[in-house]
Amino acid sequence: MEITKLSAREMRKKLIDKEISSKEIIEAHIKKIDEVDGDINAFITLTREEALKQADEIDRKIKDGESIGSLAGIPIGIKDNIVTRNIKTTCGSKILENFIPPYDAAVIEKIKGKDGIILGKTNMDEFAMGSSTETSYFGSTKNPIDLERVPGGSSGGSAAAVKAGEVALSLGSETGGSVREPASFCGLVGIKPTYGLVSRYGVIPMANSLDQVGVFGRDVADAALMLSGIAGYDIKDSTSMKVEDTDYLTKLAEDIKGMRIGLPKEYFNIDMDKRVKEEVLKAVKVFEKLGGEVEEISLPYAEYGLPTYYIIATSEISSNLARFDGIRYGYRSKDYSSLDEIYINTRSEGFGEEVKRRIMLGTYALSSGYHDAYYKKAQRVRTLIKKDFDEAFKKYDIILSPTVPTLPFKLGEKIEDPLAMYMSDLMTVSVNLAGICALSMPCGMVEGLPVGLQIIGDRFKEMNILKAAYAFEREGESNGI
Amino acid sequence: MISKEDVKHIASLAKLKFSEEELEDFTNKFSHVLTYVEKLQEVDTENVEPTYQVNEQIQLLREDEVVEGLSREDVLKNAPDKQYGYFKLPKVLD
Repeated sequence: MEITKLSAREMRKKLIDKEISSKEIIEAHIKKIDEVDGDINAFITLTREEALKQADEIDRKIKDGESIGSLAGIPIGIKDNIVTRNIKTTCGSKILENFIPPYDAAVIEKIKGKDGIILGKTNMDEFAMGSSTETSYFGSTKNPIDLERVPGGSSGGSAAAVKAGEVALSLGSETGGSVREPASFCGLVGIKPTYGLVSRYGVIPMANSLDQVGVFGRDVADAALMLSGIAGYDIKDSTSMKVEDTDYLTKLAEDIKGMRIGLPKEYFNIDMDKRVKEEVLKAVKVFEKLGGEVEEISLPYAEYGLPTYYIIATSEISSNLARFDGIRYGYRSKDYSSLDEIYINTRSEGFGEEVKRRIMLGTYALSSGYHDAYYKKAQRVRTLIKKDFDEAFKKYDIILSPTVPTLPFKLGEKIEDPLAMYMSDLMTVSVNLAGICALSMPCGMVEGLPVGLQIIGDRFKEMNILKAAYAFEREGESNGI
Repeated sequence: MISKEDVKHIASLAKLKFSEEELEDFTNKFSHVLTYVEKLQEVDTENVEPTYQVNEQIQLLREDEVVEGLSREDVLKNAPDKQYGYFKLPKVLD
């Protein structure tokens, strides 16, 4: 039995059945990390000692017959923009290279409370700005499926770590597709929950009105387990919502016969890799076979999603990243003689190119004389984009599309062309603008590379997209895919 | 088109600076992105309200109870410069 290939659920079950110990699970994953992470570079910081200590504690609990949590013994990777008490949290940036948070994010408290074991902090595009994990100050992460290709981003480290068996589950974060795109590129299940389902307390913000913590798993039920583990209202996040039921596992296997499924023509008619489109259309046929009622729909404002996203996200970024001033925490330039020089030199030396570009675009969009033409305009278009989805969900339960219009690209292929990189997010950003939920799951392979299927659901209807995903996954398994 | 001077001005607002060489490259890439987002101007948004937040604007209230926050030591732990239990800055006034 190869421990690192088990699902998270199997690990927990074998732990309860006393087939393996928590310590063995963690040791097997540490060994895996030692073997592969030199090539993959999924982690910025590892927490071996703490993880082993926690494993001992779980083994003790089991031995003493105490109850254990829903994530007990499962090794989990955490994106490095989620703060962890006394564990370095860098956001993939030089400016936070040595930042040691004095508190835990709400999601970290939840994981610890459910006996999950944090094995390390994963690599990411600097401040989550990127779609390839190439903008990290700590070097690129490689796609475990093909080391010459990117794992996607910005949560590329979290995706690569789960794919390579370095951890069983991981947390990422989403602002415009940063969980779904790497899930697509690494052949994983990645969920972007409804805005407000998961607390953002302790998640270093990029764009507050769009950000949401997301999860990765190697199959649908694992991802659902991770989501159940972190969902729920938090008094410390004023945008988190009181949701009754956050158990996403019990109803997973329910029949999807009669489920109403919309295919937005705008998402299928854009210029994309034909092989990706073909695989997704094959997946649509499977949903028909499963009893789904598939119809073409229209989301008329779809084409404005990306420019709207870039104005709103960068505006919030420029405001958020003003906190990095070299005074309270983080890097401070050595070269200054006035307060203004501390600010300017610290920020110019501490931030990378893409971060500066987005701060600049946001500053421009919010600056006097342009605020109405850019920022306010984008917020109005956002209303129209949201209305498209509101209308669609009156008639349909889920919406299907490709996650990314391309296959995983090669390292270096797009890094010099910001617009080409932004296009990776074409079909994911509108979901964040509307605050609804979506996931990406593997639906086929092209030349050994995975294709992601995006399943979009209405606000707080995570159960719909998960049921659909689970039914599709099981159908694939029964056909030997 | 955005000029190098415009970019310098925005940089000063954002407390950033660029070398001449960086400025050239930056102005170029920045222009491409700006041209792309210009696309929004073609949308008719007459009588459309902006969506700043997707959640219903409900302010959940709670009891105003005193709870333990972070200690001064914890708060100052990451400061690049500190003195007497405060963040330390260079002299602002002469």
